[in-house]
Amino acid sequence: MNGTVARLTARGLLGRRRALLLLLLPAVLLSLSAMARGLAGADQQLAVTLLGGFALGTLVPLLGLIAGTGAIGPEIDDGSIVYLLTKPLNRHAIVVTKFAVAAAVVTVLGALPTFAAGLVLTGTSANLAVGYAVGTAVAGVAYCALFLLLAVVTRNAVVIGLLYALVWETLIGQFVPGAQALSIQQWSLAVTERIVGAPAEQLGATSAVGLATAVVLLVVVTAGATWYAGRQLRTIRLTSEV
Amino acid sequence: MSTLQISQVSRWFANVVAVNDVTMTIGPGVTGLLGPNGAGKSTLIHMMGGLLGPSTGSVTLDGDVIWRNEQIYRRIGLVPEREAMYDVVTGWEFVLANARLHRLPDPEGAAERALETVEMTGTQDRGIAGYSKGMKQRIKMATALVHDPPVLLLDEPFNGMDPRQRLQLMELLREMGRQGRTVLFSSHILEEVEQVASNIQVMVAGRHAASGDFREIRRLMTERPHQYTIRSDDDRALAAAIMTEGSVSGVQLTSTGRGIGTHDGGGALHVQATDFAAFVRTLPPLARRHGIRLYEVAPADESLESVFSYLVSR
Ligand SMILES: Nc1ncnc2c1ncn2[C@@H]1O[C@H](COP(=O)(O)OP(=O)(O)O)[C@@H](O)[C@H]1O
Ligand SMILES: [Mg+2]
Repeated sequence: MNGTVARLTARGLLGRRRALLLLLLPAVLLSLSAMARGLAGADQQLAVTLLGGFALGTLVPLLGLIAGTGAIGPEIDDGSIVYLLTKPLNRHAIVVTKFAVAAAVVTVLGALPTFAAGLVLTGTSANLAVGYAVGTAVAGVAYCALFLLLAVVTRNAVVIGLLYALVWETLIGQFVPGAQALSIQQWSLAVTERIVGAPAEQLGATSAVGLATAVVLLVVVTAGATWYAGRQLRTIRLTSEV
Repeated sequence: MSTLQISQVSRWFANVVAVNDVTMTIGPGVTGLLGPNGAGKSTLIHMMGGLLGPSTGSVTLDGDVIWRNEQIYRRIGLVPEREAMYDVVTGWEFVLANARLHRLPDPEGAAERALETVEMTGTQDRGIAGYSKGMKQRIKMATALVHDPPVLLLDEPFNGMDPRQRLQLMELLREMGRQGRTVLFSSHILEEVEQVASNIQVMVAGRHAASGDFREIRRLMTERPHQYTIRSDDDRALAAAIMTEGSVSGVQLTSTGRGIGTHDGGGALHVQATDFAAFVRTLPPLARRHGIRLYEVAPADESLESVFSYLVSR
């Protein structure tokens, strides 16, 4: 971890238009939740649909994509990363710092609003608020690591990340059982399912993978992607054109 | 006192050879890396700056390998060609951040000194995004100087500068050289290089074409054979006459003339003169003696590329 790298990353990430985009998504979740509560009362089924479908299924992958790629991608594209690379800094320290900033952003703008939305929707009943808050937190952390790695290895990180999050996890994951085992969303749902406990089954908040597998995969993907991104940053090739 | 050693270095990208078997030693003082666009200057500077590994050969600083050696940056300052910086911050914040990234004991003092050196203290509190090209160049320079490195690498530092900024930077580079630093900058303009650099390394098409001080490089460039394109009313007869001249080393006839008075407009004579002053002096009387009318005598393309390609095939 490096404080200066963290400050520069945060300034870049929260500067200008990207900050608006980052704030827009949780604002949508909270207004939808307030509306749902107002119209339908405290409805656990509706809460699972909103928190599972929107918060875990859309909000957090998108936040992870914006924060994960945004923590390093623009610097690589415009070449300004050269100011970090020409310093006696360990490349892994640079990546870990950037990952931590992105993960913090997704936790604050994804998991915390999910917790608030859960409270708005159903109060503390059935542990839905806590369950989905923890689920979106671990999902957000894993997405950040994965998408940061993508931004280091390819210029098309945003497109590939969108395809993964929306097409693979959401579309294919719904219909192809095998694909669900390779889905950050499903791994995180396993954590949520465990916290929610018995009611998860009847509310349909169940994961395609077991808890132990899910936790191992989350840790392996997060740590592995971060480590590999640091390794790739050591030999990253910058374009030389102006 | 630091020395960069480039030993039999080649670097290729897929099937493009950007740097081809280059060996050079860069010692203290100001060295200019001169070459036309695409010569491989940036690729070479990136290898000296540890941003790119050589495909073969080695690049070292005082014996230490530069590639994948992060600690080398304590001794190297690099001014990149691209303009992008972390422009959400001010000049002061950015230079200070660079000082902190170096973990200097007194980052504020170091940032202050670097900004003074590049004369940016007056505008240091403005956002980088609002700086002119010259100001950005100076902030880039300050970030490279903030840790007082013995080696300074600059890629096309004069690009986009106005004449006054150019003079200031030239003076700054000379001063860095006088202090005993090893300063290397790239440029595609000979006049720029010879005003600052005590040593010039010329690159053409990935190859190390020549090296020396500016007098030696000038001599190589002005004493090369000069090319002329000549049109006359009888190119063939003129070619024969010109060949008897001692100042000429080669004559080529591109489309055959059809005899006196039938100049077809498409033909021309390409002459290579070893002594161009003598050649220009003797051509008109020569033509008159043979009863040939000269329509046009023009120096062939004098672009830097042709100058440099001569240096390579020399
Ligand atoms: N990253 C790269 N990928 C492919 N080709 C490259 C790359 N960098 C440079 N080249 C090629 O290598 C040659 C030398 O480029 P460069 O070092 O930028 O020259 P210069 O700085 O002298 O203009 C050029 O032909 C260029 O197209
Ligand atoms: Mg260049």
